[in-house]
Amino acid sequence: MRDKLPPEPPGSEVTPEKVYLRRRELIKNAGLFAGTAAVVGGGLYLLGMKRTRPMDGFVPDAGQVAQPVAPAAGAFDTTEPRTPYEDITTYNNFYEFGLDKNDPARRAHTLKPRPWTVVIDGEVHKPQTVDVDQLISSFPLEERVYRMRCVEAWSMVIPWLGIPLGKLLERVQPTSFAKYVAFTTLEDPEQMPGQKSPVLDWPYVEGLRLDEARHPLTLLATGLYGKQLPAQNGAPLRLVVPWKYGFKGIKSIVRISLTREQPRTTWNLANGREYGFYANVNPAVDHPRWSQASERRIGDTGRRPTLPFNGYAEQVADLYRGMDLKRDF
Amino acid sequence: MASKQPWLNPAVALGGLAPLALLAVQGAQGELGANGIEFALNQTGLFALAVLMASLACTPLRLVTGWTWPARIRRTLGLLAFTYAGAHFLTYSVLDQGLDVRAMAEDVLTRPFITVGFTAFALLVPLALTSTSKSVRRLGFPKWQRLHRLAYVAAALGVVHFVWRVKKDVTEPVIYGAVLALLLSVRVGEALRKKRALAAQRTA
Repeated sequence: MRDKLPPEPPGSEVTPEKVYLRRRELIKNAGLFAGTAAVVGGGLYLLGMKRTRPMDGFVPDAGQVAQPVAPAAGAFDTTEPRTPYEDITTYNNFYEFGLDKNDPARRAHTLKPRPWTVVIDGEVHKPQTVDVDQLISSFPLEERVYRMRCVEAWSMVIPWLGIPLGKLLERVQPTSFAKYVAFTTLEDPEQMPGQKSPVLDWPYVEGLRLDEARHPLTLLATGLYGKQLPAQNGAPLRLVVPWKYGFKGIKSIVRISLTREQPRTTWNLANGREYGFYANVNPAVDHPRWSQASERRIGDTGRRPTLPFNGYAEQVADLYRGMDLKRDF
Repeated sequence: MASKQPWLNPAVALGGLAPLALLAVQGAQGELGANGIEFALNQTGLFALAVLMASLACTPLRLVTGWTWPARIRRTLGLLAFTYAGAHFLTYSVLDQGLDVRAMAEDVLTRPFITVGFTAFALLVPLALTSTSKSVRRLGFPKWQRLHRLAYVAAALGVVHFVWRVKKDVTEPVIYGAVLALLLSVRVGEALRKKRALAAQRTA
């Protein structure tokens, strides 16, 4: 028994000689196959990286707002489902931090929103230079749930916190010469590295006609979802004008000036054919390159029709009576 | 005769399709970010253009380096480009527009940005249909070759589509345009060289 050899494997299991001799080649080819596939796939992956989806871990956990807030229940609030906090804070246009939608969420941590000073000047009887927290705490905060429609044909529903701009204007008392309000974003390439590239004429400037600025819908936002405004959404203070395209909502404001002349606003200067001063949401006036008739609500598949003045026509259409909105777009 | 590198084309196909598969899986799980449809449109469009340009780089690369392998993966790259262009078109028509034929017709007919993109895709269809060796034989090589020069037109339209899509910073599409111009110039240089050589032969 001890001397007996183990049984031979059946012939069917014996590797054919030809294959046996080629095994090195097979292993080599398998390696080359895997390597080439990895290079091709990896190359494409790297090409697409620039527009990569928002990465995990950049959803900010902003501080709770210390002041009491009047809950949203106003006549202006929409009852449509609110866009998730994560989407509102990871999908932003804020070229001061880069051109891709996820750049602000990844890069806006360089912004120091406190301490922060706001200058209010120009055609006012009571010009002032004021600390932002002092400014905010001197008004009752209100919650407003507004639709936001971007000129790129997507939209969100955002529960903002803020102060109606009209109340602030009342306090600084515009002179009889004041016709417009100009807003300016911080200019500091160290805090806003996107300003090192001349993609727009920095600093970002936006403007409203005085009656638009005084309209009760117009809000100076200081927070969203009950929290302080995250840097990528325009901390510490931004404009929200819900019946206009999103680019009117200037972020990280350092100056509010009342003027006699219409302010020269950033996107209008960059491309006046595509971006008007008024920029009222209007499904009847297409962007020269794409339709404005419909929009994608973030989170939806497919599109929904865009409403005139973003659904706020009842409140604001009177501001534009007698104007040709196809010309003054 | 067996191909010298039997693994080459399957590897290019597998690697080339992997990002599409990843996109489909992530898309189905809702992991493409806040605006997943826009993300899918951007990715498929970019990959279609990049792979189409890679397919157009095969001949110039062979001319410059003398390598033969680029010519052997050209068809695979061309079909991959068509696959991505098709995925791009389907994302637009089904997911973005919800197959609203009127809205899409208006887009294609009145918005140059979409007109050129749609034309580029339409030009790739006959090329994909005549990509087989049988088609080369049936058409005859010179005719087949003339037809397939449309790939350059499609790529140029793709670059224009990309430039017009961008809101402000055109750096990236301009880079694609410059690479395409370089590839075309290598071909034109080679054609001129051949013509001169032929003329010299005749006068000799």
